[in-house]
Amino acid sequence: MEKRYISKEGLSRWFKALLAGGKRVYAPVRNNDKVDFKPVRSLDEVADDYVQTTQSAKSTVFPRAEVLFSYQKENGITTLNDFDPATVPETVVWKIHPCDAVGFIPLSQIFNEGYEDILYKTHLEKTTLVSFSCSHADSFCFCTSVQGGPGETTGSDIQLTSLPDGGALVEILTPKGEALVQLSAESFEAPKEDEDKAQYLADVPIYFQLDEIRNKLKDAFNSDIWKKQSERCLGCGACAFVCPTCACFDIQENPKGSQGQRIRCWDSCGFSLFTQHTSGHNPRAVQSQRWRQRILHKFSYMPDRINIFGCTGCGRCSRACPVDMNIREHLTSLVK
Amino acid sequence: MNKIAEKAVALLQEGHTLVLGYEEGDRAPRPFFCRQAEEAQHLVLDERCTANLAVYLTKPELMGKGRVAVFAITSSLRAIAQLTAENQLQLENLTILTLTAEQEIKTFATLEEIRSYLSEVPYELSDTEKALDEKLSAMTREERWKYWINEFSRCIKCYACRAACPMCYCTRCITEVNRPQWISPWPSPLPNMEWQINRVMHLVGRCIGCGACGRACPVGIPVDYLSKKMLQDLSEEFGYVPGQAMQDGNALSTFKPDDKENFIH
Repeated sequence: MEKRYISKEGLSRWFKALLAGGKRVYAPVRNNDKVDFKPVRSLDEVADDYVQTTQSAKSTVFPRAEVLFSYQKENGITTLNDFDPATVPETVVWKIHPCDAVGFIPLSQIFNEGYEDILYKTHLEKTTLVSFSCSHADSFCFCTSVQGGPGETTGSDIQLTSLPDGGALVEILTPKGEALVQLSAESFEAPKEDEDKAQYLADVPIYFQLDEIRNKLKDAFNSDIWKKQSERCLGCGACAFVCPTCACFDIQENPKGSQGQRIRCWDSCGFSLFTQHTSGHNPRAVQSQRWRQRILHKFSYMPDRINIFGCTGCGRCSRACPVDMNIREHLTSLVK
Repeated sequence: MNKIAEKAVALLQEGHTLVLGYEEGDRAPRPFFCRQAEEAQHLVLDERCTANLAVYLTKPELMGKGRVAVFAITSSLRAIAQLTAENQLQLENLTILTLTAEQEIKTFATLEEIRSYLSEVPYELSDTEKALDEKLSAMTREERWKYWINEFSRCIKCYACRAACPMCYCTRCITEVNRPQWISPWPSPLPNMEWQINRVMHLVGRCIGCGACGRACPVGIPVDYLSKKMLQDLSEEFGYVPGQAMQDGNALSTFKPDDKENFIH
């Protein structure tokens, strides 16, 4: 890992170089009281007075809806157009938080478990993650309880820590990150020797020990706690859709006469339809069973199967929930 | 112990198996299912409570078979009146209470009592809603279309608007019907709008204007404006009084010889 310093002017120059190179740049943009990732054309569009975007940046590698293939039938001949990796643009995700960058790791494990998902792989290969360490946190943040932190660099290609002079401390973490730096190498200077990143980081308290949660969940399947915790849950998909690691999807057909598409789109285990069988039977018939699945999947099944937890402590699900199903609070109550 | 908690303890002692109310949450009080007297101390009820608790009353797995008491704010009362009119609630199994403007706990014995109480509480749009109404009303039809297409381009099809709505109680929603697939399951601006048109049209004359759908939207689309606008149209066309449950059938499923029908061109 190499360290650099970049001035305010240098940042502006570097950002212009990213855009000039023809890359698609996603960054947090404000829309009324919400901030979300959008393609931007200038640094001025990027929001700076917020704790967390409403949605994670996962749609850059796992779009809400993506065409797997399309087909058309003409004169009895069916032509199939498969997903074309060349259509995926080089993308930079600018100013994601460490909890987002680290979320790409469980996503990658899921999309490579026993089968290499070519769509996901293509998106990820062409995506460079520029994270900014967190100087602010709110009561929904709990990254430090799930092996992360406001200055965690795992998953990022480059991490910037904003400095009071408008510049930033730069940590170049991967060859992809280095390639991005090379687009405007003159903008980067030697780091100030006594600069300590830690003094600029938010203070995020540790609420629980992850291993304790995992142990507790081992024999919690039949516990009454799921009913109690999920009573107010309305069964919408907001938590899953804003989550950086939720990867459940549905496969749908979009036929139009003699042509059509097969589409992969986001789905959620919180929906009753998610597990509904053709027979009418639903193995997860009530919301308490779906809430249990959500927690067990992230904190028990994922570590068991792919050796990684399905939560980065970003707190988005809690912020997005219409009835305040605070996941940090629910997890903490499991071990108290 | 506050008087809400004291009342809840009394209700549980009288044989209620559940007292539905609010407890302190992260940003505002949140729905709370109080089943034990020792939990009653968590109950709160004040102007910060906005969630419409009526949404839970139609879920049999939560209500159980026992007697249920509910601390209802005005919008919950409106929803209870409407749900009862639609034969979705059996009031004899429910104890409905509210906190009056004088901070007194009032228990309702009949639907008529709820209706009479509600007739004294005017239904009004908030200042932000009025501002949005003015902004949209000043737009041309094309500008409005562009406004909504842009808003719905953010929709992620999480269906929080549907889940939070006390009137969306269908056991099988149109979005879950896939033969034929009426509503596309993936998000894209036009189908997202189709879903909202469906939702709003299903709520015409039934929406009680609580705004739960809009508050629930994680991406901040003002979806509640659509159904509130319908309330306005209904009052002009059918003499519907926003905030009052229907008494003689839904506007769109009831024919009256004196309907103006002046919107048919």
